[in-house]
Order: sequence, then C-alpha cells, then structure tokens
Amino acid sequence: MRLTCPNCGERDRREFYYYGDAIALRRPAPDAVPEAWDDYLHNRKNPAGDTTDLWFHEAGCGAWLVVDRNTVTHAVHGATLAEKAKR
Amino acid sequence: MVRLLAITPCAGLLPLDVGNVSLREVVVDRMVSVAPFVGQEKAVSAALKDQIGVGLAPKNRAMAKGGAGVQWFGHGIWLVRGQVALEGLAAVTDQSDAWAVIRIQGAAVEDVLARLVPIDLRAEGFKKGHTARTMLGHMSVAITRVGGQAFEIMAMRSMAGTLVHELEVAMRGVAARSNF
Ligand SMILES: [Zn+2]
Repeated sequence: MRLTCPNCGERDRREFYYYGDAIALRRPAPDAVPEAWDDYLHNRKNPAGDTTDLWFHEAGCGAWLVVDRNTVTHAVHGATLAEKAKR
Repeated sequence: MVRLLAITPCAGLLPLDVGNVSLREVVVDRMVSVAPFVGQEKAVSAALKDQIGVGLAPKNRAMAKGGAGVQWFGHGIWLVRGQVALEGLAAVTDQSDAWAVIRIQGAAVEDVLARLVPIDLRAEGFKKGHTARTMLGHMSVAITRVGGQAFEIMAMRSMAGTLVHELEVAMRGVAARSNF
C-alpha cells in the first residue's frame, strides 16, 4: 500500500502511522450533549467500502494527512494535509 | 577543573571505505531548525537571504552558498547551517551536535542506498539539490543528493552507530556481488 503525501509524493505505507477515523478532526463543542462526545470518542462505523482516516507521515515530513481509501478494493483515492481539510 | 573534549557524532566510526564507496563524516559546527510562524514564511526567507545569503528552499530541496545552507526538513520546518536571528518570525531551535551527518560517495552509491531506502534515489528523478525525509532501514533520516555519485545522510546523533553499521553491511554486500 502506498500513500501520496502532498509534501513528499508517493511513499510506502511503512513511513506512516495510522491514527483512525478522521472524525478526530470534528471535535464537539465543549457543552455538546454526552452522546456527541460518546460518538466522537468511541463509536466508529468500520465500513466495508470508502473510508476517510488520519495518517501521520512519521518517517517523512511529519505532516498529518486525511486519506480517502476503500477498505474493500484497497484503492487509495487521495490524501490532503489535515490542516487544509474541511472541518 | 574538568576539561571537556568535543567528540563528533561519528567519532571512532568513520572514515570507512568498501569497494568503490566511501563514508565520511561531515562536521557541521552550527545548525538550527527554523519553523516559521503562521504567515511569516516570506519574511523568514527574506531575512535568511539577508543574513546568510540563502532563503527558504522549496519543498524537497536543499540550497547552499558558501558555508551556509538551507535544507527543507519536513512540514513547515527547515534546517539552517549558519548563524541566524529570526526573533518574532520563526521558532528557532539549536540543532548543533544533534545530528550525525555522513557523506556517502562512489560509483555504486545508488546500489548501496537501494538496499536500505524505500524511495527511488536514481539520478533521473533525484537530482543534485533534491532532499527527502524518509527511512534508512528502520531509521528516520534526511537524504540529500550533493553530487553525481554523492549523497549526504542525516540521522539523529544517538543513531550514528546504527547508521554506519547499516551502511557498512550494505556496502559490503554490493561490493561482494560486484566480484561475480
Ligand atoms: Zn510527507
């Protein structure tokens, strides 16, 4: 599996650290209801198909990326810098 | 009174020559990381150009002039060789003595690095002045092409022994095969 880092170009998966669902970028408001915080912290969909998750280019440029990929076909559709991703 | 001796990161490890490939330590006296504050990249670049003659290098590039140099070192960060003052413009952290810097040179240098580095370093795509943050074995490194058959490799100082060991094993492997 290879990911295309917007800074470094196409790189092997071993250079990256996997964080999980990009829901981590959508932090609820401090006064949000407990259910919203429960979803944010614990509940994940585990989809068979398209997914959007966070990867850290740990052994590369050190940027956090939002990666769109498919868990069934293993296709990687693209990656953007987390700092530029829509929140 | 205790007298302290300066010991370079690769002291006792280098020089090393195997086959047609050589390893030499590059001693950098003064090195700082420069991380420009938000919106300050242009101002930082201008200040650097003023102070050491080289501005911020583009992504994946390294530039040198005289004894000074500026090397892209990751997302929003550059490594600068030289004395700089960037008060209010960037986070500047002293990195002197923090990195083992090695120059590897020789006809088979690309074959040696191909055994250790997951990216394509051949001259067609990775030209002089190109730099990359990537891995060498399991180590995080910065690799810069400094000549037709020469690269500069930087790893954290604590990994100097591992860096030299990994390179030596690869150099011996490539040299052995060239005898067939
Ligand atoms: Zn990267």
